[in-house]
Amino acid sequence: MANSFTRLISGRNAAVVLASLGAGTMATGFLLSENVSLAAEARTKLYPPSSDFPDLRKHSNCMAAALTPAIYAKLRDKLTPNNWTLDQSIQTGVDNPGHPFIKTVGCVAGDEESYEVFAELLDPIIKDRHNGYDPKTMKHPTDLDASKITNGVFDENYVLSSRVRTGRSIRGLSLPPACSRAERREVERVVVTALAGLKGDLAGRYYSLGDMTDKEQQQLIDDHFLFDKPVSPLLTCAFMARDWPDARGIWHNNEKTFLIWVNEEDHTRVISMEKGGNMKRVFERFCSGLKKVEHLIQERGWEFMWNERLGYILTCPSNLGTGLRAGVHVRLPKLSKDPRFSKMLDNLRLQKRGTGGVDTAATGDTFDISNNDRLGKSEVELVQMLVDGVNHLIECEKKLERGQDIKVPAPITQFRK
Amino acid sequence: MGGETLLGTIGIFVSTPDSNSPQIRQQGSAMPFGNTHNKAKMNYDSDQEYPDLSKHNNHMAKILTPAMYERLRSKETPSGFTLDDIIQTGIDNPGHPFIMTVGCVAGDEETYEVFKELLDPVIEDRHGGYKPSDKHKTDIDPANLKGGDDLDPDYVLSSRVRTGRSVRGFCLPPHCSRGERRAVEKLSIEALASLTGDLNGKYYALKNMTDAEQQQLIDDHFLFDKPVSPLLLASGMGRDWPDARGIWHNDNKTFLVWVNEEDHLRVISMQKGGNMKEVFNRFCTGLTKIETLFKERNHAFMWNEHLGYVLTCPSNLGTGLRAGVHVKLPNMSKNAKFEDVLKKLRLQKRGTGGVDTAAVGGVFDISNADRLGFSEVELVQMVVDGVKLLVDMEKKLEKGQSIDDIMPAQK
Repeated sequence: MANSFTRLISGRNAAVVLASLGAGTMATGFLLSENVSLAAEARTKLYPPSSDFPDLRKHSNCMAAALTPAIYAKLRDKLTPNNWTLDQSIQTGVDNPGHPFIKTVGCVAGDEESYEVFAELLDPIIKDRHNGYDPKTMKHPTDLDASKITNGVFDENYVLSSRVRTGRSIRGLSLPPACSRAERREVERVVVTALAGLKGDLAGRYYSLGDMTDKEQQQLIDDHFLFDKPVSPLLTCAFMARDWPDARGIWHNNEKTFLIWVNEEDHTRVISMEKGGNMKRVFERFCSGLKKVEHLIQERGWEFMWNERLGYILTCPSNLGTGLRAGVHVRLPKLSKDPRFSKMLDNLRLQKRGTGGVDTAATGDTFDISNNDRLGKSEVELVQMLVDGVNHLIECEKKLERGQDIKVPAPITQFRK
Repeated sequence: MGGETLLGTIGIFVSTPDSNSPQIRQQGSAMPFGNTHNKAKMNYDSDQEYPDLSKHNNHMAKILTPAMYERLRSKETPSGFTLDDIIQTGIDNPGHPFIMTVGCVAGDEETYEVFKELLDPVIEDRHGGYKPSDKHKTDIDPANLKGGDDLDPDYVLSSRVRTGRSVRGFCLPPHCSRGERRAVEKLSIEALASLTGDLNGKYYALKNMTDAEQQQLIDDHFLFDKPVSPLLLASGMGRDWPDARGIWHNDNKTFLVWVNEEDHLRVISMQKGGNMKEVFNRFCTGLTKIETLFKERNHAFMWNEHLGYVLTCPSNLGTGLRAGVHVKLPNMSKNAKFEDVLKKLRLQKRGTGGVDTAAVGGVFDISNADRLGFSEVELVQMVVDGVKLLVDMEKKLEKGQSIDDIMPAQK
């Protein structure tokens, strides 16, 4: 051990390094001595946290708003048990200054422990992003009992399709920004083995991205199932595209109503979807599928990352809690042109997107309407809010068709104390 | 603070206020992944970590066997750069059946030593058989260049020489922290600010420039932008853009330095017309002055007698020099012997937009193909002599004459 140390710090290399750093002969003498802590300390003095603090003056994301020089100084030299650092967490936010209108999160977790080790930065970001949810004092409710949903079948003259998605991470393995190839392959192995145990309407097949035939690829594209190598710099700057397409793939059931993405932006993304308006059935399959998969991995000694502060742990802080986005493609030709539409959505805690998903424009009068919230409310609560909200929007559309007036609903309260 | 334990762990213990277990901050840098992350990977077998290179066609993929991966994966340079850091760009960019990319980068000067087992064969493959025992000649004395001041300006539209330099003691662009990158910038600004006379100039930091300055730099063809090539981005070079990046040029706009783009410094001398001798003079004078100014501030350039000047990409070792012209060769370029002539002259062609662009209007960018194993003077001599011959051939073809009697021998 002494030898490896002296190999590192003594010799020509060190002398050159030190000479380059302008260190005088006295300091050089100290640094060449076999005193480890002084050498590491010297490096810390040469590059104190202030010299590394990122320039965030033109930035507009949650990380830039929360990261002060004091917090940076405290956290810069910390490591999670998987050796993930603060600099790696925030790289995506440093590289993507953001947009005044769209506030991105600007940081990612490399592992479950990131949320603990870097809590001083991540807790305020979570609070900012999740409407005041305070991880230090609040608990997140998990509820996957789909039988509680009422009025969950929409008028199919308006609702074209229904979908619920979330993510799940495998405890004990690093997340996509940080994972090594071996870890990523292990995630794939654990998940694919579990999925092979699904039966009945959930029986299905796995397609590895690297191995699929052209024909399989075309079919997956036609089904709108295929995901491709991330091009968004928000993701690539977070190191998520490394080693593509190694250990990435898509699993779906034979009926094409339950789909799992492996090792894209999270360990798994789980999607339940159908044409038409039967959101209740979509959510039932979602909950049942998730529970079965969880059971199958537990049989082999694995579990999902979850805790009562933050719910299900995912790569992006924006997806903590439920990680759930429940949505419909819905036609609202008259309502969407009403000037009160945006306010109505806000009050109902819903968001609109184009039918291509996030950052796309709506085609015609068809919108993707989904829940805004992820953390602080359970899955059942969020899906019920979506169901109630969409039913209300459809009622308004019908009223406008009949020439009647509509009212903007009162805003839904954020959190129960 | 027992001496034995500290020597054993090579690091300092940073205890965190809220936890019982200390977390070790390794001495090396952690960007983008580095040795801290590497320690965690050692929990898995080498086969589990070995990348899938079955569809790959780059120098790294040809050379990195599973056995070599196993031998090298536990190593790290003193600043903490590891094997996976070196090869990430080659894994993420499988390459192209016709274009052989290098597929690996250095994070610091020591990378080329610590990972010799991988990089020596890569260098040998890329640089025409250059052996680990070979010595590289450096010669930036412009007086040694013969001729070069009389390339026909009716054909040769512009002349340019570029190279790179790395500042010893700092990590290279794939690995440097923000603090290091800023330190390189600060040093560069100080050194360049001392240049005088024909080399008097100004620095434009990328993040501070006004719209007017930016437009001017674009019009002058000086501005470099954030890399978009996945070859560069996958290696971590685009991090923190545009922090500590900038462009310096002299008032005459004939000498230009890029700071912290793909290398610490890229140095470019250029002017319209065919006076390559003048371009090379300024290049050598400028480089020598800059080197002196850095040395006065206790910083040498990275250089050794085996690899010459050390740069981020193994393809740029040695001289890192590309000397080239934009030259009109409408007839020659359509001639069946064009490729063969270029090969014999040790030259390569590119479009006028640079690498990976097409030629427009019969105008080609012709430059030296080699970087390592020949000195700067030798390479520029090859360009000067070669371009002269190409222009003579062009003139002959214009007159309908044959070029067979002036075909060159293999250099």
